[in-house]
Amino acid sequence: MVHIVVDPESEPFWAGLLVGELRLQRCAACQRAIFYPRSVCPHCFAADLSWFTAAGTGTVYSVTVPHRAFGEFAEQAPFIVALVDVDEGVRMMTRVLAEPGSVQIGDRVRLAPNSLGGAETGEPGSVYACFEPVG
Amino acid sequence: MTGRRRAAIAGVAESELGKTPHLTVLAQQVQASRAALAEAGLGRDDVDALFVAGNWSWSPAVALAEYLGIRPDYLDSTNIGGSSFEAHIGHAAAAIEAGMIDVALITYGSTQRSDRSRNQPRPATLTEQYDRPFGLPLPVGAYALAAARYQHEYGVSGAQLAEVAVSTRKWAQLNPVALHRDPLTVDEVLASPMICEPLHKLDCCLVTDGGGAVVLVAEDRWADLATRPVQVLGHGETTTHSTITNMPDLTVTGAARSGPRAMRAAGIDFADIDVLEIYDSFTITVLLTLESLGFCKPGEAADLFTEGHAAPGGRTPINTNGGGLSYTHPGMYGIFLLIEATRQLRHDYAATDPRRQVTDAEVALVHGTGGVLSSTSTVLLGRS
Repeated sequence: MVHIVVDPESEPFWAGLLVGELRLQRCAACQRAIFYPRSVCPHCFAADLSWFTAAGTGTVYSVTVPHRAFGEFAEQAPFIVALVDVDEGVRMMTRVLAEPGSVQIGDRVRLAPNSLGGAETGEPGSVYACFEPVG
Repeated sequence: MTGRRRAAIAGVAESELGKTPHLTVLAQQVQASRAALAEAGLGRDDVDALFVAGNWSWSPAVALAEYLGIRPDYLDSTNIGGSSFEAHIGHAAAAIEAGMIDVALITYGSTQRSDRSRNQPRPATLTEQYDRPFGLPLPVGAYALAAARYQHEYGVSGAQLAEVAVSTRKWAQLNPVALHRDPLTVDEVLASPMICEPLHKLDCCLVTDGGGAVVLVAEDRWADLATRPVQVLGHGETTTHSTITNMPDLTVTGAARSGPRAMRAAGIDFADIDVLEIYDSFTITVLLTLESLGFCKPGEAADLFTEGHAAPGGRTPINTNGGGLSYTHPGMYGIFLLIEATRQLRHDYAATDPRRQVTDAEVALVHGTGGVLSSTSTVLLGRS
C-alpha cells in the first residue's frame, strides 16, 4: 500500500478512521466544513478551526473504473474510484467497495473504512476512508 | 497595444522526437535551442533571459544555463505543468515590455518514454495523502473522472469524445514527424483497450521523448531577424486546484478565466481567430477547454469535431500538428502548441504542404493545460 506520511494536521483524520469515524474540520468564522485538514480555512482565511465527526454519508459526484493501475494497485484493478460529496459539504476521493460498474453518479454511499489489502497495524494512515453503497 | 514595447516569437524548433535514448534532456534542449536561434538569425550570446520548466533538476533554468555556457540576467523555472510554456510567454513578454530583457529563450526536454519514469512508488506526503491510497492512476484517472461527470451532465457519448482523436489524427497524417499517421476511425478508438472508464487508450495522449524551444524577441530587434516575427497579442494564466478532488466543477477549467484575460489583452473576438492549438492530453481536455474558453456552449464542443470543422479544410482548424494524441507528448506538451501556432502564422506550410497550411492564418489561440486540469494558460498570437 501507499506509505502515508501522517503529519500534525492530518493525524486526527487518520485516527478517526481507526475507530470508524469520519472526522472533518469546521471553521469558527464562516461555519463551513473543511477537507482536507488544514491550518487555515480555504473559504475565508480564518485560522480558528475545530474538529467534528461527520455522519459519514454522501453522494457520488463522479466515478471511474481504472482497468489498469500501477505498483501495488495493479493486481486490484478493475476497481471503483469516486469523488463523493459528503453531506456536510466537502468532497473526498474514495474507493467504493462494490462491483465495478455497479456505482453511478448520484448514488448514495456511506463510510466503510478499509485497509485495501494493506497491513492493519492499528496506526493512523493504515485504514482509509473508503465508502460502500447504501442499501 | 500601442505604446507598449512589443514581443514576438522569432524562432521555434523541436528536438528529435519519439524514443530518443541517445539524448539526455540537456541534449534535447541544445538541439532545439540551436535550431530555434539559428532560424531567428540570432546567436547564443543574444540570449539574456532563460525560461525552463522540467522535473529533472531542482532548478532547470540554472542547470541549463550552465550547460549552454550562458549567464542570463533573467531566470524563470516556473513549472505549472504542461501549460508552463504559455505562462513563460506571458512572463517573458511582460519583461520585454518592461524593458528588462531583449531576447528570451524558452526550452523544454523530456526523456520520459526512455526512462519509463511515470508512476514510480513513493511516500504520500502533504496533500497527496488523501487521494493516493485509492490507487487512481494519474493523470488519466483524474481526466476520466472529469469525462464521466461531463458525460453525465451533457449526455455526450464516448463516440463523440472519440471524434476529437479522429479529427486530430487527420492533421497528424499531414505531419511528417507525427508518431501515429495511420487513418483512425471512431470504432477503432472505442475498440481500443479501456484504460480508465470512460477513456480508452486512443482517448489518451502519447508517451514520448522530446524537446522544444521558442525564442521571444523585443520589437527593437525585429529588423535583425531572419524570420517573420509572430507577435504576442495577449496572455492569461490561472489555477483552480492541484488535486482533482479539489476541482470546483469538473466540467469547467481555468480556461474560463485565463481565456477571457488573454482575449481582453489582445483586444480580439472569437471571430478573429483562424487556428486553435489546444492542449489535448486527453480527448476530454479539448472539449472542456473549448467550452470553458466560451468558444463553444457547454456540451456542444464535440460538434466541431463530428461535423468536420476542426479537421484539415474545416472552418475551425484545431491541433494542426496532430496534437498530443497523435504527434508527440513528452510529458509537458505546451511548448509544441506554440511551435505549431508560430509556423501556421508564418505560413510555413504554404510551400511544403498546402493541405496543412491554414489559409490566410492571421491569429492563433494557444491554450495549455497543466496537471490534472489544474492550471491553464492562454496565449493569443498574431501574424505581424
